[in-house]
Amino acid sequence: MLEVERLEVSYGALAALHGVSVTVRPGEMVALVGPNGAGKSTLLKAIAGLLAPRAGAIRFEGKPVSAEPPQQIVERGVALVPEGRRLFARMTVRDNLELGAFTKRAQKERRARLERVYNIFPRLFERERQLAGSLSGGEQQMLALGRALMGLPRLLLLDEPSLGLAPRIVESIFSILAELHREGMSLLIVEQNIQAVLTLAERAYILARGAPS
Amino acid sequence: MILAQQLILGVLVGGLYGLAAAGLSLTFGVLRVLNVAHGELLMLGGYGTFWLFALWQFDPFLSLLGVGPALFVLGLVLYWALFQFVVRAHEETRIKNSLLIGFGLTLVFHSLAIRLWTADERAVTTDYAGAVLKVGIFAVPIVRLASLALAFVVLAALHLFLGKARWGRAIRATAEDWEAAALMGIPVGRVYLLAFALGTALAGVAGGLVSVSYSISPSIGLEWTLKALIVVVLAGLGSLFGSFAGGIVLGLAEATSVVFLGGPYREVVGLVLFLAILLVRPQGLFGSRG
Ligand SMILES: Nc1ncnc2c1ncn2[C@@H]1O[C@H](COP(=O)(O)OP(=O)(O)O)[C@@H](O)[C@H]1O
Ligand SMILES: [Mg+2]
Repeated sequence: MLEVERLEVSYGALAALHGVSVTVRPGEMVALVGPNGAGKSTLLKAIAGLLAPRAGAIRFEGKPVSAEPPQQIVERGVALVPEGRRLFARMTVRDNLELGAFTKRAQKERRARLERVYNIFPRLFERERQLAGSLSGGEQQMLALGRALMGLPRLLLLDEPSLGLAPRIVESIFSILAELHREGMSLLIVEQNIQAVLTLAERAYILARGAPS
Repeated sequence: MILAQQLILGVLVGGLYGLAAAGLSLTFGVLRVLNVAHGELLMLGGYGTFWLFALWQFDPFLSLLGVGPALFVLGLVLYWALFQFVVRAHEETRIKNSLLIGFGLTLVFHSLAIRLWTADERAVTTDYAGAVLKVGIFAVPIVRLASLALAFVVLAALHLFLGKARWGRAIRATAEDWEAAALMGIPVGRVYLLAFALGTALAGVAGGLVSVSYSISPSIGLEWTLKALIVVVLAGLGSLFGSFAGGIVLGLAEATSVVFLGGPYREVVGLVLFLAILLVRPQGLFGSRG
């Protein structure tokens, strides 16, 4: 599904990843853990196309993605739920979800998909017309996840989905992720909450200072 | 009495300030570049309308249907040739580079206009140019009233587009967080292109209305860029109707100063307003952020 091989990414002169390899098989749920500043977010951003790698390869479903712009990667079925959620705070919940289905592929199935997301997160339906910025932390994470699902991903990348959330909400988010996993979605999850993620994931990688360990 | 009449005229010119500012605000809000040649683009729209009328007697209000799209295309070309290279840089560098390019364009368009069309002042004078609507003892020039109404309609249409259309939403999303927009599959480069071209088209339409209601010359650019900038500071970024209202506030302030201080202070009052807002409410009168 996803193969990352000896990936090197740097910010200017500062190398953030030196030779990281990660594999996610179809339908697999893989955890990526490691201390702050290890380069976990950098890895996910590089997979999503926001950062250009200096060396190494990223392949999705057998074909390279590392030379493609982010929109092409989304179109092919990779979605990233970024650290800090990055919602469009001044737009409504509904608009955020509609934007999640921007790609041609997702446009076609927008209606049905919206219904599906509202089924998974009834709270989002209740708040459909509210501004995303006015939601609680838990609701915002649901919206970030729902927005990513609107793009019909086959591989979901999640960057610290439990960050700053109450334990009860973390639990419900993780049970939804487990449900998606059961339905066949491939997931790569970065988490500080190691216990929660390790009970769900099939395998885990530990990243320390930009290198696998 | 004189004050009331001046205030009416102030509202009428204010609508055009608002329209000019909306275009500037759109490019600044989305691309984070400051296009100081905005007033020159407005000037070009004015000449387009003027020549369509002078050569072929096209009705100036109808000409806007051609001038708007023509300036839209000019915007596409300018973005493709120049501004696409600016937006690749980080934000502070963007502003600086865009200022340089903008001043360059200002010079080019200004001297080109003098070369082609001389430095004379021009205005579109249709049969109905002098028509006046009498409201009690007040006189409201019809073309200016029509210009105000059109400015409002154009902004309302743009508002609908940004609110409801697929690419309109993409523009707003990109303005808020371009990285998150890219993660939605939105081609950010194309959104920039579209927003810049729309901003240019807005300048063109505003220029057309200026040529009917007031007058144009190759050197009006700076003045209009300045007005637009003042309104953007007044209104804050991100709201078209904020720009419209801000334009009217500026028009009213100018009118008041003309009555109490005399004509020469007209230009000063805008700058004073500008500084006052920056000191007291840097996010703008209607804005929620800086
Ligand atoms: N935009 C950036 N510019 C410069 N350095 C960065 C940037 N983002 C992250 N870094 C650096 O790259 C390293 C990895 O960061 P990150 O991928 O965010 O780690 P993690 O997500 O594991 O906490 C850190 O040393 C961090 O300081
Ligand atoms: Mg991180």
